[in-house]
Amino acid sequence: MKEWTKLALIVAAFLAAYFIPWDHPVIRQSGLESFMMLQEYAREHVLTCLIPAFFIAGAIAVFVSQASVLKYFGAAANKILSYSVASVSGTVLAVCSCTVLPLFAGIYTRGAGIGPATAFLYSGPAINVLAIVLTAKVLGWKLGLARAVGAVVFSVIAGLLMAFIYRKDDANRTAGAIYMPDENDKSRALWQDALYMLTMVLILVFAAWAKPVPREGGLWAAIFTIKWYVTVALLIALAIMLMTWFKKEELVNWLDATWGFMKQIFPLLFAGVLVAGFLLGRPGHEALIPERFIAALVGGNSVWANLFASVSGALMYFATLTEVPILQGLIGSGMGQGPALSLLLAGPALSLPSMITLAGIMGVRKTVVYCIIVVVLSTVTGMAYGWLVR
Amino acid sequence: MEIKILGPGCAKCYQVEKLVKEALAETGTDAAVEHVTDFKKIASYGVFGTPSVVVDGKVKSVGKIPKKEEIKTWIGK
Repeated sequence: MKEWTKLALIVAAFLAAYFIPWDHPVIRQSGLESFMMLQEYAREHVLTCLIPAFFIAGAIAVFVSQASVLKYFGAAANKILSYSVASVSGTVLAVCSCTVLPLFAGIYTRGAGIGPATAFLYSGPAINVLAIVLTAKVLGWKLGLARAVGAVVFSVIAGLLMAFIYRKDDANRTAGAIYMPDENDKSRALWQDALYMLTMVLILVFAAWAKPVPREGGLWAAIFTIKWYVTVALLIALAIMLMTWFKKEELVNWLDATWGFMKQIFPLLFAGVLVAGFLLGRPGHEALIPERFIAALVGGNSVWANLFASVSGALMYFATLTEVPILQGLIGSGMGQGPALSLLLAGPALSLPSMITLAGIMGVRKTVVYCIIVVVLSTVTGMAYGWLVR
Repeated sequence: MEIKILGPGCAKCYQVEKLVKEALAETGTDAAVEHVTDFKKIASYGVFGTPSVVVDGKVKSVGKIPKKEEIKTWIGK
């Protein structure tokens, strides 16, 4: 950080402290809301949802071989395969948004070309484990599922469109050597790795099992009453697996990766929740921005509301996972389900900074075309979803 | 010798840079270390993942943090 930036920050903080009317009822209410929202996350989502999800993300980063996925992005790879792999590989490759752009650049310049590269770029941020899990937990499984499915399906369409529009350019790309990450040597069979991952996913599912609604009986309620027993049993099973199947070094790497994600994501999410709470408040509670503004702009399911949501989502920068509390606030203030999905699809895939980087990689015109495709597809998907769940 | 670390400024990338510099200091090797953050330049090496290490134009590791011992063998000769 330059000295001037530091000074500017301190001056800005001073001016905010000096001039903001902190004892105005609206500001008081907003400040209270921001901490109430933080508490809601701390109580409801951190222990049962985020912590297990971080361990899963860490395990994916360490134990799933990237090379086995990346080979489908080579220049000679089968086209149908590279599109399908590109649209779902975000679960494995894109746990951190900082890996998406370098990989995109590689696939675009040396690998399977602009089509699969854009497919990966569009779906990657939306379908990583942390994003799906937190979206489903906080915003409801319908929106979580719609986000994952929408991202996968529309990434293929976006990729095919880009490949079709720029089919001539693609033929002229410079060929050259490709270097993939090394295959790490394995001491376990595939089923052992699969069982280990599955156990962790089940721990997440049971620990996060929601309290049944009173009138909803049967299996759901029955599982809820035994959920902690099941979770503990699964934890014991996991501990046995870790002790017998894994080398000490592997466990250290796993913890390292998990800790890395936590360090990177928790502070951002912390700030994101505070800001979302301050501006928008928890569902049902008014904060700084009046609910009627939100409802007027992105309420209902009109073309305009969806378009506005996807355009503003495309321009805004969301740090990993912060889109979730922000959307929670927006939906609570009257945003429609359709526009919410539009924003979820366009938001993390694009931002003003990432557009600038993209323009550096593939040129301004292609970037503009890509942004238009993303905005249009997100709007259409949002409308279709809003119409479905109406 | 010329060593390039390819990485868009992520924490892992700086860790690799630190390791490379330590390896150089410990072996008493003289080399120009450059941290390449420009995506276009990174992609021009054909690497599918960062951080990557390039020694004298040859890609040595991709998408991981190499061990210091490994780095020493790359700069050994």
